[in-house]
Amino acid sequence: MNSVETKDVHLYYGDFHALKGITMAMRKNQVTAFIGPSGCGKSTYLRCFNRMNDLIDGVKIEGDILIDGVDIYKTNIQVDDLRKHVGMVFQKPNPFPKSIFENVAYGLRVNGTKDKQFIEERVERSLQQAALWDEVKDKLKKSAFELSGGQQQRLCIARALAIEPSVLLMDEPASALDPLSTAKIEELIHQLKENYTIVIVTHNMQQAGRVSDHTAFFYLGELVEYAKTKTIFTNPKDQRTQNYITGRFG
Amino acid sequence: MKRNFHKLGEKLIEGVITASGLVTSITVLLIVFYLFKEGLGIFSQTPVAEGSLLAVNRQNQVSELSAAQVKDIFDQEITNWQEVGGANAPIKLFEIDDITAYYTEEQLGPDFAFLPQRINEVVAKDPHILAYFPDEYLAHNFPGKRIELANISLGDFLAGRQWYPTIQPAVQLGVLPLILGTLWVSLGAILIALPLGLATAIYLAEIADPKVRNFLKPVIELLAGIPSVVYGFFGLVVIVPLIQDVFGLPVGETALAGSIVLGIMALPTIISVSEDAMRTTPRAMKEASLALGANKWQTIYKVIIPYSVSGISTAAILGIGRAIGETMAVLMVTGNASVIPHTFLEPVRTIPATIAAELGEAPQGGIHYQALFALGCILFLMTLAINLTVDFVSAKKKENR
Amino acid sequence: MAFGTPSPSHKSKKLSQSIAFFVFRLLSFSVVAILLVILGFILVQGISVISWEFLTQMPREGMTEGGILPAIVGTLWLVVGSMLFAFPIGVLSGIYINEYAKDSWLKRFVKLMTNNLAGVPSIVFGLFGMTLFVNQLGFGDSILAGSLTLGLLALPVVIRTTEEALKSIDNSFRVGSLALGATKWQTTSRVVLPMAFPNIITGLILSIGRVSGETAPILFTVAAYFLPKLPNSIFDQVMALPYHLYVISTSGTNIEASRAMAYGTAFVLIVIVLLVNLLANWLRRYYGKKVKMN
Repeated sequence: MNSVETKDVHLYYGDFHALKGITMAMRKNQVTAFIGPSGCGKSTYLRCFNRMNDLIDGVKIEGDILIDGVDIYKTNIQVDDLRKHVGMVFQKPNPFPKSIFENVAYGLRVNGTKDKQFIEERVERSLQQAALWDEVKDKLKKSAFELSGGQQQRLCIARALAIEPSVLLMDEPASALDPLSTAKIEELIHQLKENYTIVIVTHNMQQAGRVSDHTAFFYLGELVEYAKTKTIFTNPKDQRTQNYITGRFG
Repeated sequence: MKRNFHKLGEKLIEGVITASGLVTSITVLLIVFYLFKEGLGIFSQTPVAEGSLLAVNRQNQVSELSAAQVKDIFDQEITNWQEVGGANAPIKLFEIDDITAYYTEEQLGPDFAFLPQRINEVVAKDPHILAYFPDEYLAHNFPGKRIELANISLGDFLAGRQWYPTIQPAVQLGVLPLILGTLWVSLGAILIALPLGLATAIYLAEIADPKVRNFLKPVIELLAGIPSVVYGFFGLVVIVPLIQDVFGLPVGETALAGSIVLGIMALPTIISVSEDAMRTTPRAMKEASLALGANKWQTIYKVIIPYSVSGISTAAILGIGRAIGETMAVLMVTGNASVIPHTFLEPVRTIPATIAAELGEAPQGGIHYQALFALGCILFLMTLAINLTVDFVSAKKKENR
Repeated sequence: MAFGTPSPSHKSKKLSQSIAFFVFRLLSFSVVAILLVILGFILVQGISVISWEFLTQMPREGMTEGGILPAIVGTLWLVVGSMLFAFPIGVLSGIYINEYAKDSWLKRFVKLMTNNLAGVPSIVFGLFGMTLFVNQLGFGDSILAGSLTLGLLALPVVIRTTEEALKSIDNSFRVGSLALGATKWQTTSRVVLPMAFPNIITGLILSIGRVSGETAPILFTVAAYFLPKLPNSIFDQVMALPYHLYVISTSGTNIEASRAMAYGTAFVLIVIVLLVNLLANWLRRYYGKKVKMN
């Protein structure tokens, strides 16, 4: 079953044609990785799925994007409801200047949850899912800025999980972290895919190889190749994919 | 040779530049020096007008009075020596003009030659007298007792409730009403300006679309450039009569009028400083909030405002600073009564307005002149405290990032 | 979890957002309305007073008739005088802070003092100018004393804009020049200053606006209540527009009769500020384009 499906998606920044007719589908409860050199459009494409590109002036999007069968650019779609359904983790850890607890509770509170007990339970569960609970359970009231970079990123994952999205977008989630924290995040991604559809943008091909089931290679705004990760890395069909994988540009 | 000349030139230029760099520092130090040199002078003065003295009969137990007591006695609010620590007897006031009630012109002699002698007689004769007369009529064999007034103390100066800097025979230099007047008007101004200014800053930083913003920004910058005297004039011809009508007051020149005018004047500062602060909120933080399903308004009040709270407080403090130091507009619309304010609908007088209104009439070097400089010191210290707080807050903010 | 139809939480969120944004829009527009009312009121009341005579004649009949020529001339003297003082020293001072000063306690001290000077109330400048320039240095109530006082007041503004302008110049230009064997001053004067010039000049123009409207600093250093003649030298007293407005609206011989004169004077002051702002904006845009074209 497909969780995210796009048909002939074009995106323009003013005059610049950033995405050129992308059609692909991402399976439910699988990890899909987007790879490609900087500026190839992979992050831009990812940000279409929760309509984060709406925030940028002069962006025009054509084509259909369906999430769990719903066309998200239809007029009756409420963007905040969509974003509740499609969580996102960013490149750099970006916790709020609030306590650890309040960071995780944020999404619940802004979406109208008032029940204290429910919030507490959900915060604990999310932190556990993000493999952070044991490290922070005694200092939930402390500022999120006291955590290390890796912990902050897992906090941001917990924060995204708390509102129970069905799709989780990760935009180079480990690029600002040390190798040890990166390993933890990758392990986490493995566990999370049982319950979530994960789409991850990464710069790091080894990482894509380690965590993903499918990999899509983007180049200059085009989807060059999309296949099982193993296939992409061992037997790429397109010459450009092969060049990238073997490190001839990037 | 030529090279050395070149080097010398460089050194010379560097010297000139360094010297220019020090001008502001030297100015601040000179301001402090002159303000305090003149201002602290009042604490070595007695409140009796120079060239005059107060005296009593030698039998009188009282030998010291405070400035406030002297004023009350001459205002006839104290009429019995008992009230100031003397015997139970009515106080008999004697001023130099009263001499004609005791003696004829002949007895005073040609050109008042016998006047010192006659004063001696008057003071010696009445045990309950309090005489106030110029030094030049003091005979060397004066039989009375001079009343010494204590020097003006810092406590009297700061906590005194009466400001009559030219009253005879003892001036009253209590600045409490002026300090309270200043704070009162400034707080009123900030109460008006802060909500309006913050709302505008939020609107400009986060809500308005670029076209509207590009129109509003220059308009608000313009507001900052208008001279205070023009605001004062507008206050005088529009706001003052309006307040008078709306509240049915005998005069419209009130603390409220001052607060409104100052509030309008503080708006540009508050708007631009807090807008800048909100604009520094990292994009990543806003995106994180939106990605969790928060809408724009939730992102503003849950993320952007808490994040920029130090910038917003800087804006508020700077606004207060601007209001405290403002002179002309306040002078024109507050009515300038030096009484401790009880409501916003009474006239008040602020420190800067007092200096502006009175310095022209205060004889240089006199006690009134020095008192105005002392007011300048208070004002300087208030604004210095505000500046240092702002420096501290913004330094702390930088540290936190 | 479906999201095809708006959720209940979405509706209440949306409502509070609509209310909040409405309130903010309302308050913001009322702020602008206040400004426009003040400007409009004075411009409308003042325009009918403005005439060639008003701008070029002496006040008459206890300042209830005639013109405001001496005040205009006086303000002009003061603006020129104060800028002659504040501009060179301010720019050099900005150069000191951004280019020459090493990162030491002295630099921090200078910056702190400059900040503090900017916060000193204008009436305190008046007190200071009177003691130092009028009395101590014996200039008397004069254009010289008033200009110096106003110049000191404008100094922090000039310094700050210079500093900002210099800061925005990329360091690579300095390094590039120094690498070619230029001295520090050659680098500063031939490379850095010309690039920063547009922003510095904008700051200068804005400080002209500030200086021409200040009243408190000139009360006891130069301003005259009424003078039937124009100044001959920098040791003369002058009338000045802001002080003139203050005088005829609060303590003139006949306040009601001089109201028209007051509106006219306020009009002239506002026009000066408007022109200064327009000029600054225009310069910013003009140079902005030029830089882009390069």
